[in-house]
Amino acid sequence: MDTTAHAPLLAKAQPTVAKRPWLFTRPTAKTGLVSWLTTVDHKRVGLLYGFSALFFFLVGGVEALFIRIQLAVPNNTFLQHQTYNELFTMHATTMIFLAVMPLSAAFFNYIMPLQIGARDVAFPRLNGFAFWVFLAGAIILNVGWFIKSGVPDSGWFGYAPLTSNAYSNQFVGDISTDLWVMGLQVLGVSSVIGSLNFIVTIINLRAPGMTMMRLPVFTWMTLITAFLIILSFPAITIALVELMMDRHFGTNFFEVSNGGLPILWQHLFWVFGHPEVYILILPAMGIISEILPTFSRKPLFGYPIVVFSGACIGFLGFGVWSHHMFTTGMGTVSTAAFSLMTMAIAVPTGVKVFNWIGTLWNGHLQMRTPMMFALGFIWMFTVGGFSGIMHSAAPADAQQQDSYFVVAHFHYVLIGGSVFALLAGIHYWFPLVFGRKVSEFWGKLSFWVIFVGFNTTFFPMHFLGLNGMPRRTAVYDGNMGWNTPNFIATIGAFILGIGIAIYFTVMIYTYFKGVKVGRDPWDARTLEWALPNPPPEYNFAVTPSVQARDAFWFDKHDREQETPGKIQHAHTESAHGGIHMPSQSWFPILTAGGMLIGSLFLADHNYLGAICGGALTLLGAYLWALEGPGGYHVHPEAELKPTANSSGTAKH
Amino acid sequence: MSSHAATIDHHHDVTTSTGIPNKKLFMWAFLASDCMFFGALISTHLIYRLHPPPGSPSPQKIFSIELTSFSTFILLMSSLLMALAVNAIQKSHIKSTRHNLLGTIFFGLIFLGCQVYEFTHFVHEKGLTLSNSLFGSTFYTLTGTHGCHVAIGVLWLILMYIRSFKPADAEAGRPWLAVAFFHFLTFVVTIVAGMATVLGYFHARQLHEPLGQFVGQNLLAVGTSIVGLAILAFLGRSRVPVEFGEANAIDVESMGLYWHFVDIVWIVIFTAVYLLEYL
Repeated sequence: MDTTAHAPLLAKAQPTVAKRPWLFTRPTAKTGLVSWLTTVDHKRVGLLYGFSALFFFLVGGVEALFIRIQLAVPNNTFLQHQTYNELFTMHATTMIFLAVMPLSAAFFNYIMPLQIGARDVAFPRLNGFAFWVFLAGAIILNVGWFIKSGVPDSGWFGYAPLTSNAYSNQFVGDISTDLWVMGLQVLGVSSVIGSLNFIVTIINLRAPGMTMMRLPVFTWMTLITAFLIILSFPAITIALVELMMDRHFGTNFFEVSNGGLPILWQHLFWVFGHPEVYILILPAMGIISEILPTFSRKPLFGYPIVVFSGACIGFLGFGVWSHHMFTTGMGTVSTAAFSLMTMAIAVPTGVKVFNWIGTLWNGHLQMRTPMMFALGFIWMFTVGGFSGIMHSAAPADAQQQDSYFVVAHFHYVLIGGSVFALLAGIHYWFPLVFGRKVSEFWGKLSFWVIFVGFNTTFFPMHFLGLNGMPRRTAVYDGNMGWNTPNFIATIGAFILGIGIAIYFTVMIYTYFKGVKVGRDPWDARTLEWALPNPPPEYNFAVTPSVQARDAFWFDKHDREQETPGKIQHAHTESAHGGIHMPSQSWFPILTAGGMLIGSLFLADHNYLGAICGGALTLLGAYLWALEGPGGYHVHPEAELKPTANSSGTAKH
Repeated sequence: MSSHAATIDHHHDVTTSTGIPNKKLFMWAFLASDCMFFGALISTHLIYRLHPPPGSPSPQKIFSIELTSFSTFILLMSSLLMALAVNAIQKSHIKSTRHNLLGTIFFGLIFLGCQVYEFTHFVHEKGLTLSNSLFGSTFYTLTGTHGCHVAIGVLWLILMYIRSFKPADAEAGRPWLAVAFFHFLTFVVTIVAGMATVLGYFHARQLHEPLGQFVGQNLLAVGTSIVGLAILAFLGRSRVPVEFGEANAIDVESMGLYWHFVDIVWIVIFTAVYLLEYL
């Protein structure tokens, strides 16, 4: 609404906007700290998400290295068991909620509006808010490193009754589990708000001619992921509310002595948790579906099938959660039903893999770094998919449950899948975002080191699991036959770490010293590449009109002349006083700050403080509403036909 | 696009790809999410209803279905007033909008008052607490979460009502903010005092205390409510032209969608939690 719809109304409100109470003075800084704290620009929000996610990715990676050092040799005393529990809990929580999800969100924010030819997301201030709330959640989850309680230690799926006061508190007043509850709760708020924004943006802010079946596949996967988030997060929200009520107010939801059923937690958690794994992988599939056509010099093979199989995965993803619970004794009927559903969901996933192979078939492959990661993705994700299908057979799963076989499986789909694709995406869009290109030699070197390190770490885990090594054990005995694979895995983890280090060092070097490139360095297909790099604040000087799928490719190769539509857009816009831009605002960060304060107090069982934090949140939200969307107009001189207005910005 | 149309089409927004206003689409998507939210809570209640631990209290002996039916009816009627408010603002009838918003707020408060009464009654006279039985845990958490939704709705309605007094003249903008803040505080104080008065009065009636004695013992609450209502009536006069009209219809409509949704959820809860026990 903020970006476009209010334009006529704003014009009407002009006299009132001119003099605003000081409280509602909009920040106008374009550089410096204030400009970042108050930003509403989807590209800046995307960068904030990206940098935070990469930071937490490195934190989670260091946690993983500690785990691997502990497991390198039998009966190791490198870590205490308590520390080990904290590390595997935080490694998983960090990688899922603070690394892969926000990194996907970074791409959603930065790339998706550009791909649909929009000027911004539908609710720019809400977008900034989603990021600040994410940061609040990340702080709450990690604050335990600095206090006596320590960080959460009950595993990332926090099975009841491990999270109860009786089992999780090391001493009276241990709030580590409360911090975990509040941290996830706040992160859920951020994800849901962000996703609602993306849904409205994709459905409502498409450029003229950008029909749903012309959307780039990455945008489609963003839409599906956003729906998965808004429909699955409420389940964990309720689970966490019930757990919080148990811990704070003595309710009996998971209290076995009063009739509570711990299995209920597992159901609620996995109703969220299984769609969550598709939330992690669908954006990755979207990125791959952009990169493969570009470097195969061919359109994506079977576009509608790729889109519908994505939607199908999203839909079926809600019907398979109990395959995480085959060993809980649900009964034969539900076990059989969830087995069948789990086998069924492999079909649309396989369809996608075949479509990617079809895209490569007969293409003129260009082996650039993003393409290397993309091909690595297809291969490694398929390996992870195969071990996934093995889990769908309940009898086999009963053997694999909670063993290193499962650990191998989900690292193949999460690193070999999600992370490879996200790293590919960073390489692919780096020239667009920063105007520089990563050196091919160093890019490919980092790929090969990561690839070798990843397989050395996780392939032996299949055998460890089949030989019975349980996950989440801090020590193992030397005579179990697990020594060699564990040692190899630890070596691999360090190779993987070196690969990631090379990757990021090269990125930082390229940011400062890399070769500058012009527009569209990959000769790509989608609209974001029509922009100069880095893209201007207003994205498109003239809203593009779309006439085909792969809109930019069509523009470059098939369009015979400038369409009247584009010229007409330019005229309409200049008649309206230029490009309407949303104003920056302090209230998103203020409101998120209220949530941070309130949640920290609530985790500490300080209800007065929690109420104060809640009141601050409310105040921020109301002032935000009263402040109004605001906005100003810019006149990009370079691309618009000359009009009476001079270039520059004009405030109203 | 060249000139502003005299009337606003409330069902089609030309600036979006689909014609659906962004805020409306946002609200619908949010309500889809909220469906899952209540779905999980109601499921929890029903699952534990199927597996009651030994010694569970009997809901039929606790519920007073007459009172809950009354508050359900009131909440349904509040939705009618909400719909009328949306209709009024779409026609730019500010005064009618305000009256209907106030009516919705009032009915919402009756519902909340009934819930406060019900909870106190259950705790003190029926011995059902949050922690002494699984039924208590699921019942209070589920209906309490719904009550929070109603309370947020009432808060939103109050803020929208106050917003409708924002003067069109920008010079008056700064003092208006202070007045609005005072207006809001008065609302909160009056509601708390008023609810204490009314609930206290019903309590006194049950104990057969005379009215005079009740007023004498609760002078502060009664007095605050009366003064508060008087101030609200004073602040509710409109003299200057306001910056609130047809253009804000989408905001009121989004709020209305939320309100209707919360109402519908209550119908489900009323059926699944209360009526189910009388089958």
